[in-house]
Amino acid sequence: MKVKAIREKHPLAIRWAHWINFPVLLVMIWSGMLIYWANDEYSITLFGHRFFRFFPEGFYKFFNVPQRLAEGMSFHFFMMWFFAINGVLYVLYTILSGEWRQLLPNRHSFKEAWLVVLHDLHIRKMLPPQNKYNAAQRIAYTSIIVMGFGSLVTGLAIYKPVQFYWLTWICGGYHAARVEHFILTLGYVLFFIIHIVQVILAGWNNFRSVVSGFEIVYEKNLPATPGKVEEEPVQER
Amino acid sequence: MKKIFRQLRARLKKNPFRKDDSVQLLSQKKINRRNFIAFAGFAGFNVLAWLSWRWLYKSPLEKPGITGEAKRPLRKALEQNEIIFKNTFSNDHLVKTYPKSMAAKNVRVNSDIGMEDKNFDSSTWLLTANKKDGRQLKISLNELMALPKTEIVFDFKCVEGWDQISYWGGVKFSDFIEHYQLQEEAKLSYVGLATPDQGYYVGIEMPGAMHPQTLLAYEVNGKLLPPEHGQPLRLIIPVKYGIKNLKRIGSIYFSDQRPRDYWAEQGYDYYSGL
Repeated sequence: MKVKAIREKHPLAIRWAHWINFPVLLVMIWSGMLIYWANDEYSITLFGHRFFRFFPEGFYKFFNVPQRLAEGMSFHFFMMWFFAINGVLYVLYTILSGEWRQLLPNRHSFKEAWLVVLHDLHIRKMLPPQNKYNAAQRIAYTSIIVMGFGSLVTGLAIYKPVQFYWLTWICGGYHAARVEHFILTLGYVLFFIIHIVQVILAGWNNFRSVVSGFEIVYEKNLPATPGKVEEEPVQER
Repeated sequence: MKKIFRQLRARLKKNPFRKDDSVQLLSQKKINRRNFIAFAGFAGFNVLAWLSWRWLYKSPLEKPGITGEAKRPLRKALEQNEIIFKNTFSNDHLVKTYPKSMAAKNVRVNSDIGMEDKNFDSSTWLLTANKKDGRQLKISLNELMALPKTEIVFDFKCVEGWDQISYWGGVKFSDFIEHYQLQEEAKLSYVGLATPDQGYYVGIEMPGAMHPQTLLAYEVNGKLLPPEHGQPLRLIIPVKYGIKNLKRIGSIYFSDQRPRDYWAEQGYDYYSGL
């Protein structure tokens, strides 16, 4: 007999930070696009051949981007506060609560993450230990925070390059800071796509834990606990 | 300190944000209840987020005045940002300068607003400086060129996103103030500049204007300004975006009220400081 039980997974603060970040980052990316349009000079060019231009006309048309620079700037410089404050609160919480132990990669993570990738690509059957976050997740969720911090720093370096000249210097100059800011944004989009695919593959129990905070597990040999206990037939996960 | 930190952590561990992650038994009823509350909260958050977005996106434009064309809450945010980031402004924060060899030979021309008047004659041009007492100073280019000359090679930054290293020469704005004894005027909060035809105009807060790198420039790349760069005199203010670097200055005045500003009327930040 296995018993249906729950395991607390995501603390409330982390769930809220996660869900607040999504729309805020969405608006940041959208308004950033309105700004970028005014001088859309980036492309992927190798050996003199331009493979892709950021962005094709159809893309601009679809998102109604052209001629909205002032509007884009005003949205960007308003929402930046929510992005920054939410990010700072999240990091503070993970430090104070000790959650960082689950999130930071450790010395096994890089090897294990490779095994996770092989497993996800159906090349390898066995999975390394999963814990709350597996090694690939640890690396991904730590990287995204580092990236967020990077967006903050490069953004500030572009926003006030004279007053925060030292930040601009760290970024390798004004021009470089803009490129970095742009690449980080592409990184978010890439992260988002992989994240969504993984969430869909992981299924409902996983998704619910980011809303409700707990996972449902089926365990053997639970210590007797007062209160009603629902028992269900064995169900292998 | 360490003790406080430990206490704080102990409290965090106890508070509802933090729960231990061992397996617990919970009745189906309680599971359902928790799910219901959580998903109701989640749905509520989504509705709230959507409504806030609609509110912001559909918020009315500000009344046209010194600033215009921005959504009201966003204009407020821009002005709040100005108050916050003005605190970081310092005359010691200098724009990075470059060797002359790095300056662009072809300096980008992005706009000729305020310079459409084809009959404009730069040889008879005089700069008008409006004093507090109503008197006007009329200053010729030769007079300005007799003042100490300052040169700067810096990365000119446009609000559109491009930047270009360029080389300018002229009179420091603060030297100009001193030479023409406009110290009383410089105690006011703002300086306004406009083209002779009033087609382009900017307002700049006094600390930015008095920054040691702000120039009334008459040279680019070591030669007198050509018409497209604002002959005979233009503003070079490296602590601002290009939109504040007015070409073909006709008049200067001083005020405690914000002078009108061409791009601030069209939705851009009035401060536009870098």
